[in-house]
Amino acid sequence: MEQERDTYLDYAATTPVDPRVIDAMLPSLRDVWGNPNSLYRRGREAYTALEEARERFARVIGAEHPGEIIFTAGGTEADNLALLGIPLRSRPDGGHVIVSAFEHHAVLEPAHELEKRGFDVTYLKPRPEGYIDPEDVRAALRDDTVLVSVMHGNNEIGTVQPIAEIAAAAHERGAYMHTDAAQTLGKIPFDVTALGVDAATFSGHKIYAPKGIGALYLKRRTPLAPLIRGGGQESKRRSGTQDVAGAIAFATAAELVTADLDTEAPRLAALRDRLIDGITSALENTEVSATHHERLPNIAHLIIKGVEGEAMLLQLDAKGIAISTGSACSSGSLEPSHVLLSIGCPPELAHGSIRVSVGRYTTEDDIEYFLEVFPPIVKRLRDMSPVYEKMFGSHAG
Amino acid sequence: MLYTDKVMDHFNNPRNVGVLDDADGVGEVGNPVCGDMMKISIKVAEDRIADIRFQTLGCGAAIATSSIVTEMAREMTLEEAVAITKKQVADELGGLPPAKMHCSVLATDGLKAAVDDYLVKNGREPISGGLEHDDPNFDPHAVPHEEACETEG
Repeated sequence: MEQERDTYLDYAATTPVDPRVIDAMLPSLRDVWGNPNSLYRRGREAYTALEEARERFARVIGAEHPGEIIFTAGGTEADNLALLGIPLRSRPDGGHVIVSAFEHHAVLEPAHELEKRGFDVTYLKPRPEGYIDPEDVRAALRDDTVLVSVMHGNNEIGTVQPIAEIAAAAHERGAYMHTDAAQTLGKIPFDVTALGVDAATFSGHKIYAPKGIGALYLKRRTPLAPLIRGGGQESKRRSGTQDVAGAIAFATAAELVTADLDTEAPRLAALRDRLIDGITSALENTEVSATHHERLPNIAHLIIKGVEGEAMLLQLDAKGIAISTGSACSSGSLEPSHVLLSIGCPPELAHGSIRVSVGRYTTEDDIEYFLEVFPPIVKRLRDMSPVYEKMFGSHAG
Repeated sequence: MLYTDKVMDHFNNPRNVGVLDDADGVGEVGNPVCGDMMKISIKVAEDRIADIRFQTLGCGAAIATSSIVTEMAREMTLEEAVAITKKQVADELGGLPPAKMHCSVLATDGLKAAVDDYLVKNGREPISGGLEHDDPNFDPHAVPHEEACETEG
């Protein structure tokens, strides 16, 4: 019975494709297979379909012009394009870039690359509550700062960053502002114009579209050097024949996640809160991360003291439940999650972190099942630990 | 990264969990900062391991290697027990992912520490030759390429 359960609670990692999205993209896969850059009828059909998708996506995110949308092969490519493309075009001889220390690796790795190419990079530490303080950004800005990149919603602890204030601070000093919004579109109200950013990253598979499609919003007149060179598609900013079906899927998915946001966000927040209440009341020595700051409605992040994350993950998997952990053992490196370390979480606690993220198909029954299965797993692992009693007291949760 | 069925079996049904109250030797290795700790306790009779228990805080591989090393060591002479290598532990489990090879070091170190503890308590010389984890040059993730490929299964 239990093995047959399929309780997916890792929506922040990826989402299943919504059947309505599949329905929207199938006709174009089957029939609209022309090259959107060709002049004959089939090409024009594909071009029209692609540009319609671009217009729809632009409208969803509040862009002023469809030409501000560059379709990419995903969020990682969009992050790379912004982080490398904007500084390398604006200041080819080097300058200064600010990123937050708890960005996704898709931002951190291009930032390291910029350092190799002669740029100074400031890795700005978040406050212990899990957010980047605009005043800290202001203090780090220099006359030669070309770009500031701070993620909108943190993918592990779920905190929402004050992007509008940070963008205003960047603009005061003449720097461009990029935000990775892969986790926020469809979770909280979203509008690029209201945020005042020059560039923003989006990912299809986080919002019930397929993997392999993403977008970079790039405000008009923002300089950009392309990463992928070739036939000059996407207005010479991203070469390669476009994924028309993917673009249609992405636009459809974006419309769907924003259309029911008003009802879906409170529903997800209620599921998250039930989960957190259930865990913290059943188990001693647990801590909820980043509760003192605005959070995404769909992510619960907890520290389960005295237990290693991968062990919890595998035991839950055996019961048909999928979650994530920030432990070192799951990452294949010695260090636990850089996000947790950046907010001052000690490594011995970071190893016991779990992220449970809910989504469109999560039900109350899923949460109750999790709450039934999880506490005995933790108790069993704590009983097996040589140090739990010593470190966390005698009445083990 | 995938675990073999045998790793998952030892992780889900670990053998010899616990502490021997009247243990002759106890070995405690690892560090919670690194996310893994292991404690092995042994009963010794005629220089053989008569009984053995473990407790481990750690990932799937840490628990599975601890479990299997207790099975391997039971009935062994003390010399045989301290000679168990991390590779033998990994092989016994049908292989470990390269990033997890250091977990088998934890298991062999725990056993060595328990044996030495017994010997020292009885006024004898330790025989393990030191723990790999105590070597300042020991890098748990520096797995030789050939070894990584061999154990990947």
